[in-house]
Amino acid sequence: MAEETNGSGQPNGNGNGNGKKGLATLIEKAVADGKALQKRALSEAEEYKDIQKTHLWKSVFRVKHDETPRSRSLSVLTNVFLHLHPSKINRDAVRYGFTWGMGGITFYLFIVLTFTGILLMYYYHPTKADAFRDILYLEHDVPFGKLLRNMHRWGAHLMVITVWLHMFRVFLTGSYKKPREFNWAVGVILMLFTLLLSFTGYLLPDDQLGFWAVTVGTNMARATPLLGTEGPLGPQLGMTPFNDVRFALLGGSIVDSNALLRAYIWHCIAIPFIVAIFLAVHFWRVRKDGGISGPAPVVLAGEVKELK
Amino acid sequence: MDWGQLWRITSTPDNVPIVALLFLIPFYTWYGLRQAFANDKLIEELEKNPEMTKTHHRKTLPWKPGWAQEVHVWPFLLRVEFLAAIIVTVILMVWSITLNAPLEEPSNPTLTMNPSKAPWYFLGLQEMLVYFDPWMAGVVLPSLIIVGMMAIPYFDTNPLGNGYYTYKQRKFAILTFCFGFLVLWISMIVIGTFIRGPGWVWFWPGQTWDHNIVVYQPNKDLPDFFGITNAWGKAVIGLAFLGGFGAVTGGAIHKWIMSDDFSKKVYQKMSLLQYATLQFFLITMMLLPVKMILRLTLNFKYILVTPWLNL
Repeated sequence: MAEETNGSGQPNGNGNGNGKKGLATLIEKAVADGKALQKRALSEAEEYKDIQKTHLWKSVFRVKHDETPRSRSLSVLTNVFLHLHPSKINRDAVRYGFTWGMGGITFYLFIVLTFTGILLMYYYHPTKADAFRDILYLEHDVPFGKLLRNMHRWGAHLMVITVWLHMFRVFLTGSYKKPREFNWAVGVILMLFTLLLSFTGYLLPDDQLGFWAVTVGTNMARATPLLGTEGPLGPQLGMTPFNDVRFALLGGSIVDSNALLRAYIWHCIAIPFIVAIFLAVHFWRVRKDGGISGPAPVVLAGEVKELK
Repeated sequence: MDWGQLWRITSTPDNVPIVALLFLIPFYTWYGLRQAFANDKLIEELEKNPEMTKTHHRKTLPWKPGWAQEVHVWPFLLRVEFLAAIIVTVILMVWSITLNAPLEEPSNPTLTMNPSKAPWYFLGLQEMLVYFDPWMAGVVLPSLIIVGMMAIPYFDTNPLGNGYYTYKQRKFAILTFCFGFLVLWISMIVIGTFIRGPGWVWFWPGQTWDHNIVVYQPNKDLPDFFGITNAWGKAVIGLAFLGGFGAVTGGAIHKWIMSDDFSKKVYQKMSLLQYATLQFFLITMMLLPVKMILRLTLNFKYILVTPWLNL
């Protein structure tokens, strides 16, 4: 033992001497290397303690998350999901009282509806034979299926309410005035499509409620002036139940399998696609027109030249 | 008083949003107008006191010298948005856990639902079907509502009230919009939901729905009041009435605008096209309440009767 201890004490001692001594030095060396490795690993692990300094973190998040104004601005501006925000806003605009948060909540509900809607699509066939059964299946067999359907339904109703309140707020604050005239018009179109999204979804369970609501709704299309078979001047222009605007909506002269398929495609693909485009324009214009309109300082009638 | 009937209507799952609307709309109307009146008070003070205009920050919100005009979006806005998302999610979850989406029997074209109601947000349009033919209530008026709303910024020439709540500086705009939105649109939805029963018959809240009710309503058209049977005569008197209605309503609106010095100045800024558009949409809008009243009191059906269309 004593010899071995002495042997290990000598630097560069390995390679020489007999086999027994060589093995001992080898073990000694391995232990020493192991210790050095452990030390290195520990010191490296120490560096991983601050996750924000890791290579991986820095590759994902390009900005430091400290409380400097520069980092705060960059964390918004360089983030793909947040970059529609400016880096700074009117200090009073974050108060609930001015915007009521209704535009943002509407958009959030649109996302919730897209998410729950995609999940619902996995369990639904838009055919007369399957549609109603799929809803029963969804309600009774699919895990959380009932919750999923309820969230989609109530989220849609809530979205109609928040759209109306958003519009009401924008009107009361005069936010449609110059330079935001066009964006108001885009907003009106988005509101129309919100109602149409909700309405096209109504038929999909293929139950009495949806069937008769859509029957009543599309029967009105019969009365379209010029383009409907029962509308003013429609018959005179050669409109029949088989070529008028109602036929185009339903893909037939009655609410049947074609109508179900059309409602499904409008609801799940066509209208969400159109809405996404208008939403992009709507948000883009909010920024380009100078952000949200207020709360702005009040202007007196005497201060406006054109009113004198 | 049939409380059971009232409860059945109120607790129908698809009617819950309207019950919510009954609270939300009055609340937000009050919430917005409260800020409008606060701003109006400030505007009055500033107008009285020109010295104050030079130093005042011109908002009713708190302000101290040295406070930054702007704040960072992160964290001051994003945390509010995040909180809103959480609250909405919680509300939606609780709502979805406690209340099931309606599912009736499988669709059956041979079995008509009575009453057969549209989704609640379209009940205003369905209620309009009582007062107008489908081409008008279902197609023309909805299109005009959409186009008219889109046109608002293009004929509102009042430069004041841009970006803050005010009533005093935008009386005409606020009153006409609230009339259209609150009085016509929302109240028509409420009528369609709570008042209309089987056969689309008027049942007061708490009145029992009678599914066998038959209402004898001998409707009268305008020419019938004068005993006119000739097709040409009907068309002439109908057009004359519509023309007269337009002239009287337009005149009244014009007089209202002119009665106020400020609206008069705003009016003078308008081009002919802007003013004609404004008048067209307002007169068309007023056609609805007029026909509602005539219908509900006199069983009045059509003003204009022609072989092709009735109005």
